[in-house]
Amino acid sequence: MVTCLNDALFPDAAKAVVRLLHRLGVDVEFPEGQTCCGQPMVNTGYVEEAVPVVRNFVDAFAGYDAVVTPSGSCAGCVRHQHAIVGRRSGDVALQERIAETSPRVYELSEFLVDVLGVEDVGASFPHTVTYHPTCHSLRLLGVGDRPTRLLSQVRGLRLRELPQASECCGFGGTFAVKNADTSVAMGSDKARHVRESGAEVLVAGDSSCLMHIGGLLGRQRSGVRVMHLAEVLAST
Amino acid sequence: MTSTFVGMPAFPEAARTALGDSQLRANLAHATSTIRAKRARVVGEVDDWEQLRLAGAAVKDDVLLHLDEHLVRLEEALTANGAVVHWARDAEEACAVVAEVARSHGVDEVVKVKSMATAEIELNEHLEALGIAAWETDLAELIVQLGEDLPSHILVPAIHRNRAEIRQIFTDRMAAAGRPAPDDLTDEPARLAEAARLHLREKFLRAKVGVSGANFAVADSGTLVVVESEGNGRMCLTLPEVLVSVVGIEKVLPTWSDLEVFLQLLPRSSTGERMNPYTSTWAGVQPGDGPQEVHVVLLDNGRTRALADEVGRQALRCIRCSACLNVCPVYERTGGHSYGSVYPGPIGAILNPLLRGVGTDEQTDSLPYASSLCGACYEVCPVRIDIPSVLVDLRAQVVDAPRGGIPKPEAVALQAAAAAFSSAARMSLAEKVSGFAGRLLGWQLGRRGRTSLRRIPGPGAGWTDARDAPLPAAESFRSWWKRTGGRDA
Ligand code: SF4
Repeated sequence: MVTCLNDALFPDAAKAVVRLLHRLGVDVEFPEGQTCCGQPMVNTGYVEEAVPVVRNFVDAFAGYDAVVTPSGSCAGCVRHQHAIVGRRSGDVALQERIAETSPRVYELSEFLVDVLGVEDVGASFPHTVTYHPTCHSLRLLGVGDRPTRLLSQVRGLRLRELPQASECCGFGGTFAVKNADTSVAMGSDKARHVRESGAEVLVAGDSSCLMHIGGLLGRQRSGVRVMHLAEVLAST
Repeated sequence: MTSTFVGMPAFPEAARTALGDSQLRANLAHATSTIRAKRARVVGEVDDWEQLRLAGAAVKDDVLLHLDEHLVRLEEALTANGAVVHWARDAEEACAVVAEVARSHGVDEVVKVKSMATAEIELNEHLEALGIAAWETDLAELIVQLGEDLPSHILVPAIHRNRAEIRQIFTDRMAAAGRPAPDDLTDEPARLAEAARLHLREKFLRAKVGVSGANFAVADSGTLVVVESEGNGRMCLTLPEVLVSVVGIEKVLPTWSDLEVFLQLLPRSSTGERMNPYTSTWAGVQPGDGPQEVHVVLLDNGRTRALADEVGRQALRCIRCSACLNVCPVYERTGGHSYGSVYPGPIGAILNPLLRGVGTDEQTDSLPYASSLCGACYEVCPVRIDIPSVLVDLRAQVVDAPRGGIPKPEAVALQAAAAAFSSAARMSLAEKVSGFAGRLLGWQLGRRGRTSLRRIPGPGAGWTDARDAPLPAAESFRSWWKRTGGRDA
């Protein structure tokens, strides 16, 4: 599950997942019927509109052992919100298919650590890095320290602590536009903490948050790059 | 109904004003980070904190499930203890009861224990209109009252004020309300507290009628409970001859032993203390000891409406600890006034729409969107209110309320997105168009090779006012996969 955002805007993050999983011997498929998890609709209140999107999701991903996605937020939506959309549809068959698909959806670090049982993915990335735990990975999925365990095994990588790491960056989907001022105020503080960490690269498991923080770091001409966790783990 | 602070705009506009106030942001950042650290320390000491949270939620859920029975038992026990029980459907009825009690004793002033229920029904304003002064006796409430200000936090209503501002308010305003502030008042906390103590003492000793809320109302023994820190509550609950308590119907607890759970959860979550300094309990009238006339007003004011909301009813578990405010990154930056209610922050963003009803006004409907859904509130809530899920459900109610009317631009955009996302073929086409548009745009800007944009026209400007935006990739992942089958990753 590549996610709509990565598909259109950040294909390199999704390609990195393919590269990484191939290296680890996983048979990867990209079901071409996939589109979006439906989160933009659900979180803005358009649950009715999300029904066909979720229906399309279960059609696309039925029958796989595991669905891996480079997004804590999209995995969180599938595991926590698809059932809500199913209830709204009133379609019992759809509800059953959701119950069947949702638990097999994993955020990348969960899949690597829990399903494949690896922490050293054989990557090399000789840079100073700081990691932002995105809210939905941290609090909705509870990925804990899996991402930093993976990063700490990467050759040459120096991991710097991010001050007030667990605080939200302020992206929040449509919140970033509906409450743009508040979103930017939160993101500016996050960007300041990133600069304070002294890292050259900010890493996170969600392209959406990276787009927001990266957009601010870019505007501030900070010189700090943003990269998806998958891209770092795929580097050799 | 819970009224909105008069003339308050919807959240995004109110927040914009607040964000421009750098003093406010500094005050809030300092205060919330201090209290967050205190809470984290004392919660960390309790090994069975998660079990306590589960127990708190379970007791409250049982209360809500059998609310009718518990309330009748509470009324019977209170009446047997000599209290007079009144039922109030809304703010107006509740205020009328308090006013009638005050009038029957011919008083023109009452002293008040800090209480969210009386703030919610705007009791002070109501009494003032009838010529009865309601004196707040909690330090922070006093600061807000003297400053003719609005509360911005549940526990610390003057959190937006710093010491220098408080000294100024005391110096300027105390004289008009009673004993003036000392001439040589400084902004040392001890001196400010001393000035408040002297000012309030006169009022405690003089007042015939006290007004309070209650943190808990125990049904089996007919006992009300007030948890506080300053001792002003104890004064108001014991010195006056007459006591009126306005209590939300969700405050009932079945048994005395249920208190055990909440007296552990509440102080650690709210002030970050192991135990609060003063816990007062009273069961009706005790002859010769304390108020000899005791009234209890059981307040609905939208609570039964909230109870009818399948997802939202969990908000009625709330014990008003403020932990969710203190961890909220939105609250920390916008302050409490932006929410336009005595209930600000994450709990306010769900409780106000639940009490008032979605679709009432634009301000109320803007509140469920005043969150990035980061989940920090849910993580700390001592009664495990899943605030993010309630927010999302309320957003759906906001969207559903006017269905069939003229769709907003946002609805058109999200419906178009949903149509594109319901089939891969349509999405692929949309991406090709945007990828082409992106390339064209990049080329037009003479910035070939750049991957970000400084300015998007139209609705996207909200993004690029402060952030660069990425250009759509020249080749989507989908097209790349089609071309390569994933082989040259
Ligand atoms: S919602 Fe929970 S955390 Fe917030 S004030 Fe109520 S009890 Fe406290």
